[in-house]
Amino acid sequence: MRLEIKDLHVHYGKIEAIKGISIVVNEGEIVTLIGANGAGKTTMLKTISGLRPATSGQIIFNGEDITGVPAHKRVDLGLSQAPEGRGIFPGMTVLENLEMGKFHRHDRKKEMAEDLDKVYTLFPRLKERISQAGGTLSGGEQQMLAIGRALMARPKVLLLDEPSMGLAPQMIANIFRIITEINKTGVTILLVEQNAQQALQRAHRAYILETGNVVKEAKASDLLNDPAVREAYLGTGAH
Amino acid sequence: MKNFNLRDFGAGIWERSNRYQRIAIVLLVITLAALLPFAGASFLATPVAAYDAVLVYPVAIFVLMSLGLNIVVGKSGMLDLGYVAFFAIGAYTNGLLSMHTGLNTWEIMPIGIGAAMFAGVLLGIPTLRLRGDYLAIVTLGFGEIIRIVALNVSWTNGPNGISGIQMPPPILGKEFALDDQKLFFWVVLVMILLTIWMIRRLTVRRPGRAWEAIRQDEDAAELMGVPTLKYKIWSFTLGAAIGGAAGVLYAAKNLFISPEMFTLNVSILILACVVFGGIGNIWGVILGGAILGYLPDRIRFISDARLLVFGLVLVVVMNFRPDGLLPRKKREKALIKKGANA
Repeated sequence: MRLEIKDLHVHYGKIEAIKGISIVVNEGEIVTLIGANGAGKTTMLKTISGLRPATSGQIIFNGEDITGVPAHKRVDLGLSQAPEGRGIFPGMTVLENLEMGKFHRHDRKKEMAEDLDKVYTLFPRLKERISQAGGTLSGGEQQMLAIGRALMARPKVLLLDEPSMGLAPQMIANIFRIITEINKTGVTILLVEQNAQQALQRAHRAYILETGNVVKEAKASDLLNDPAVREAYLGTGAH
Repeated sequence: MKNFNLRDFGAGIWERSNRYQRIAIVLLVITLAALLPFAGASFLATPVAAYDAVLVYPVAIFVLMSLGLNIVVGKSGMLDLGYVAFFAIGAYTNGLLSMHTGLNTWEIMPIGIGAAMFAGVLLGIPTLRLRGDYLAIVTLGFGEIIRIVALNVSWTNGPNGISGIQMPPPILGKEFALDDQKLFFWVVLVMILLTIWMIRRLTVRRPGRAWEAIRQDEDAAELMGVPTLKYKIWSFTLGAAIGGAAGVLYAAKNLFISPEMFTLNVSILILACVVFGGIGNIWGVILGGAILGYLPDRIRFISDARLLVFGLVLVVVMNFRPDGLLPRKKREKALIKKGANA
């Protein structure tokens, strides 16, 4: 189960947001894309999940070229995304949101109960909020719901778009701990983050993006100790 | 009294009832609706137009169209400003076929519905990729295109319209008559009931959940595996079918149609019915269609000022009830905690 992006180009109108990026996510890994605003991180994820069309290049998933496959069919293949800004359904309850995560599986009743249990074990808070509307949850709870909902699809690769955005430090630590836990159950994770410190601590490998290009690729632990990276992305550079 | 909520009150009665009580409630409501044409001697009477004719058009046909438009605007959240197009297509199908063939209204009905659906798919496939304001503009244009075509081509008789449309054939031995429109009202009522039944079936199943997801967050819906374009076309086409059916009935009731009956005003008025009644809630939408269809004829005695009063009522009511008379359940605001026993 390998996700490989080859020479990907993506445009918004005439503006080129992704200028030929190639990345690889191996089975069982947590790979993170870090970079500043506008580096193209979210566009990368949207293109991988199929919400944005690629201008050129290839997305190869499990040996199959899925570049032209529409987003709703990529879920069937095992690619599942928790979108940026959480993207939960505000007017549906927590349970209904989670059930939507299984929409493509045509309501398999037994699987449903099983997977709901798994999600509630990871996020006990969601079980407490089961009949509360998604829009009334706190930011952290919404993020949990977005991740839980993506897990309902039984993904092989989970795409996470800035799960730490707008959350309190304690909640961020909590979310990242759970991301590691999910990874240990055998789910491969591609994580887009601005919070480079947390992302690099949790990930196996990392790519640094700058204005639509990969400027560095390395083991996450090496990047954590790289002075140039520390200065640019971790805000603790030695002057 | 401030906490009284008609929608919750009604929903509460329904939820507390058992199967037999529910059947009784449904039969009672249908009977009351069917008896409406006999209430012409009461305060409901319309001063100028014949009461039973007003009940057919605008009231019942507005209700039918509001239900159809609500699938598109209320259920799946697509702003359609050209709904009149499907109404016109249904009406012109009836007009043209009854002019050129020997088909009667009931034989034309499925053809009219089919023509409207075909137009819905044809318009939907390229345009439903658009969202929000862009879709509104395209549909607005489509509504105008249909009217302008009808006005300018010769086979629709242009501005002269089509007259001499056939009355529907008798049902169960009962004749349709110009001076007694009760039978016509019952026919439209049956159409309305069928539509309600269909919408309620669909909304508790996959299409309903897909539409709800699309309305709340289209990208998220797509990520959940909802083929959004397919379900949007579905919703749009279903709305078109109901608009087409309403058009066939309207032509059969009026016996004459011309392009000026199918202006942008109709689209806006039906949209007003949906919003006024309570967008997304079929009972609200029915109420909205009935009130906005009925009111202008009821207050006809104030002649020139009537549209002004009508407009004022709209503005005042929308100010006090911005979500409509019977709004859909707003769970975004409700903090329910029942069932949380973990």
